[in-house]
Formats: sequence, structure tokens, C-alpha cells
Amino acid sequence: MKIEEIKGRGIFVKGDDIDTDRIIPARFMKVLDFSKLGKYAFYDEREKHPNHTFSDARYRGASILVANKNFGCGSSREHAPAALIGFGIRAIIGESFAEIFAGNCIANGIPVVTAKKDDIENLMEVIKDDPASEIKIDLASDRVEYGDFSFGICQKEGHKRCLVGGTWDVIGEMLENKGKVLKIRHGLPYVRRF
Amino acid sequence: MGKSLLDKVWEMHRVAELKSGLDQIFIGLHLIHEVTSPQAFSMLRDRKLKVMFPENTVATVDHIVPTDNQSRPFKDKLAEEMMKAIEQNTKANKIRFFGLGSGKQGIVHIIAPELGLTQPGMTIACGDSHTSTHGAFGAIAFGIGTSQIRDVLATGCLAMSKPKLRRISVNKPLQKGVYAKDVILRIIRDLGVKGGIGYAYEYAGKVFDNFSMEERMTVCNMSIEGGARMGYINPDETTYEYLKGGEFAPKNFGNAVKFWNSIRSEKNTTYDDEARIEDIEPMVTYGVNPEQCIGISEKIPENADEDALSYMKFRRGEPIKGKKINVAFIGSCTNSRISDLREAARVVKGRKVHKGVRALAVAGSGQVKLQAEKEGLDKIFKKSGFQWRNAGCSMCLAMNPDKLIGDEICASTSNRNFRGRQGSPTGRTLLMSPAMAAIAACEGKVVDVREYL
Repeated sequence: MKIEEIKGRGIFVKGDDIDTDRIIPARFMKVLDFSKLGKYAFYDEREKHPNHTFSDARYRGASILVANKNFGCGSSREHAPAALIGFGIRAIIGESFAEIFAGNCIANGIPVVTAKKDDIENLMEVIKDDPASEIKIDLASDRVEYGDFSFGICQKEGHKRCLVGGTWDVIGEMLENKGKVLKIRHGLPYVRRF
Repeated sequence: MGKSLLDKVWEMHRVAELKSGLDQIFIGLHLIHEVTSPQAFSMLRDRKLKVMFPENTVATVDHIVPTDNQSRPFKDKLAEEMMKAIEQNTKANKIRFFGLGSGKQGIVHIIAPELGLTQPGMTIACGDSHTSTHGAFGAIAFGIGTSQIRDVLATGCLAMSKPKLRRISVNKPLQKGVYAKDVILRIIRDLGVKGGIGYAYEYAGKVFDNFSMEERMTVCNMSIEGGARMGYINPDETTYEYLKGGEFAPKNFGNAVKFWNSIRSEKNTTYDDEARIEDIEPMVTYGVNPEQCIGISEKIPENADEDALSYMKFRRGEPIKGKKINVAFIGSCTNSRISDLREAARVVKGRKVHKGVRALAVAGSGQVKLQAEKEGLDKIFKKSGFQWRNAGCSMCLAMNPDKLIGDEICASTSNRNFRGRQGSPTGRTLLMSPAMAAIAACEGKVVDVREYL
């Protein structure tokens, strides 16, 4: 499946360094599959702040999350993107992302794109003023559009090609290289036990 | 231009360039644990795929195991289910498994090095962000998510882009009472929690040269807290001495050493960035991420983040010294090795845990626990009022019964002071070295361990 654009309503979580323990507290990680984690997204944050965007009915059904710097830092838990996906998130626009989190998103076909601070803040304001506004992320042309406005986004070249080319599930392609894998493996001194 | 260890190890393991432009990298050692692997095995079953290299895969249990009563079935039904899943998955796929009662169970980042599984020049992946620990041996080691665990199981490989490289040098000898933990906390403070995004860290200089393997592991362990997915130290005699005799260490040791020497970064390597850090004192965090830390003699900065301070219930300009604590935790993949326990026990000896403080000493592995007991460290801890526990992640992440209650403040040797990290949504974590946590337990407050040595 190729993912070239994402359209939908927005939701935002303000603040730098939103860690994966905030996205999903560890006590909800004792599960054997990822399909039912949506209700735990930002669980403790919502308990503490009743007006958290993830609790606000106006943002229900939103699919584009807008965030600030270093979103998803901390643990490697894929439970974090799984919780966001369970909530309905299909793409994230942020100032920057922690690497393992970004990789986990791409592995699930969720684009993580970065934009300038001012553009992010304007977009957050627009979503706040009118939660029903439609946002479009055009991955192929590296742009975000909403209303009469638009701004440029950055994507890691590899991530972009994975999504736009429909090759973000890499197992098939990597299995085709099995012959090469065996050769590389056999050439490693530690595999050959020196 | 010379090649770095990262360059050499990457090239050696690079299988192909994928259509996306990412590299297909062969993974030499795949470590798995009970929390992030069962979903990956389900994905394999759904796609009717097999584990390609079971012999490259090693499993243990650490995150959810209770550290007091480890008898089965666990009281926690969800935890018990996860235990069963890893037992079944490893058995069905012929994967080596160090379970409870094997004598070799423990925190995955403690047991792989102590068994000699972790070796220089390897690529190592594990579904845990603190996999960077293994970089202490000159391995390229990093954390992955569950879909990537699935990829490694099915193909022996990962799709990745090569990071940039930053060399971080620390040369001036450390004062007494300043430890590896203080070095890495200071690095994170100076470079920030976002500073390492897109980078691997190479730690270099006299301080790291003189560090033991255990100290090097503490440093590399927290690379990810600085945003760097991997961090390593070039292998040397200290590395080889540590590995010699390890159960899974190479038998043709001489040949192995030749190879290991050949992968070191060359003298004329050009780095994408370089940083120097000196004059380090004992560090303590005051906020909700590891960059929010100060030296013990410093005050909480005037420009400290407001949200962080309101969570911690601390004020700008206050000293961190003298802050009362409720709990002390010595453990985690950062600081639960034998040298950490020795250092903590040295401080605790002849002292009592302060009235009202709950103190836990949790060995990182069954073997560390045994060694500590041989040396009588358990008796020192117990006599002073510490609880002496079995191996596991314990109070680092609270997926097991060891948790903070309410807004308790914990002097902790773990790696994350995130909001709610230690199990209570309002719990407060102060990260510090084992010696600092041990003396805080006895004094009931944060003090400068240098005044007690």
C-alpha cells in the first residue's frame, strides 16, 4: 500500500520531550497484542488534566497529531504508537521526533514529518480555534495544507520513500536478499568463531 | 580520512541498499525479553514466517518479574501470561532462554555482557532502548520496536540509516566520589536530551580509558537518554580482560583480539561533531527528564522549566542538597552490577537506613546476586535496613510490584526521571549514582557523598 497523503482533522499535544511513559504508562504494557491500547493513550495525563486534548470531545475522530520537539523520547515501546493508532492517529507533524519512536511509527505506516516551530504553532492555534478544520499532509510534495494556508515539511528520505513507494513493510524485500545475508553472515569473524 | 568503529562495523554488516535508500543491516546478536517480543512472534505466526537464525537470538525475563516472591504462577495474571508466552515462543523456535531458576536470568543488558555474549564488532539489537549499554564493548548496539523485532526474527536484519558520529571526550581525572553515572548525567545536561538525535556517540579520552567495563556500561546505557540511539567505546585491554573466560566468549581468543583491535576507530577519523566535558561533580536530577540535573553544590536554575518544577513541587533557586527522600532504589540496567553494589555497600556499612525511608537493593542478575552474597554485601545491606531483592528491572519502570506510592521522592540509580516512571502517576525520581543513593537512604535526604567517603 502506498501512503501519499493523509487527510483529516487535527489534535495537538503541546510541549517538548513528551516521553513514551506519558504517551502510555508502563503498567498498561502487559498485553500480548497491540490492538486494544487506544484507551490508554496519555492515560495519566488525562487523569491529571481533565481538559487534555485527548479527552476533549471536540477532537474525537482526529487523525493528525501535532507536537513540538523530541516527541516520543524514552523507551522503545511500540505500545506508544500503538496507543496513538488505537486512538485514531494516522500521521504526526512535529518539530522533531525521538528516533526509535519515529522508526516504530514508520513500521506501522504512520508518517512522522517535521516542520518549523512557527508553522507548528500556527497549526496548533488553528486546530484549537476550529477543531473541525481539515488538514492535508501531502507526502509526495512535502507540504501541509489547511484552509487557505500551507507550509513545507521535512521527511527523512528513507522514511518518505518507504511510505510513498509503499515499501514500509520491509520483510519481503529483505527476505529476497537471503543469499546475500548468508554470505555476509558467513564472512563475520565472530560467527565463524574466529 | 580514517574510518571509525561505526564505519567499519556498519560496512561489515551491510547486506544491501533497499528501495527506500535505507541499508539492510545484518544483526549479529538479537536479545529478547518478555514485554516487547510476544507481539512480534504473533506477527510472525500471522504471516507464516519462521525465525531465520534462532542461534543468534537469546532470551530472558526481566521487566515484569517480581523481585521478592518469584514463585509461579505470578499473582499478577497478565504478567503470568507474558511469562508463558516467552516460554512457549522460545521453546517452539529453539531459542536459548535464560528463565527464572536457570541461575543466569537477569536484566537483559546485565546478563548478555556477563555471559560473554556481547562482543566487540557485533551489531546487537533488542526491543529495549537501553540496548546502547552493549556499546561499552565496541559493539554497535541499539534499541528497536516490536515490528523491528519481527523483522530481525524473520530476516536476521533491520532496515536502517547510518547515524552521524559525535565524539565526546572526558580527560581530566574524576574526583573521589564522582562516578560513571555523574559523567553521563553531566554529558546529557550539557548536550541535552535532544542533542543526540541522528547521532551515535563515541566516548573517548582518559576517563573512559581508565574506566572498568561496568563503568563504561553505565555511560553507554544512558546514551539514549541524550537522544543518541547508540553509544560506544573502542575496545581495549580492559574489554578483553573482562571477556576472557566468559561462558560464550570466543575460545580462539588470540584471533578474536586481533579482529577486535582492527575495528577500533583510526587516529585520523573525522567526526561529524566533537564535544569536550570536564570538571564533573556528583549530579542529581531535579526535574522530569535527565537533562534537568545539577551538581550537588548547585541550586535549581532560575530558568528551570515551570511544568517540571510544578510536577516535582520544587522551586527555582533552591539547593537540591537537603531534599528529603522517601525511597532509595539501587538497581536497574544502569547501576545494578557488582561494582555498583560494592560502592553502595561501602557507603551503607555501619550506617542505618533513615527512619521512614524504604530502601531497595536489587542485583541486576542472578549471578551478580550470588557474587554479592559471596562477598557478604547482602548482609551489609540487610543489616542497615535495605531490602535485598532478586534480579529484575524492579523500580526502574514499575511493570512489576516495585512502585512508588503517591508523590514519594525516590533517590534512584535508574535512568529515567520521567513523570510517573516509577509507577505512581505523581511519583518523583531523583537520578544519581549508587553511592549518592546509598548515602541518601541513610541520611533521609540528598547529601554530598564526598563528605562521607
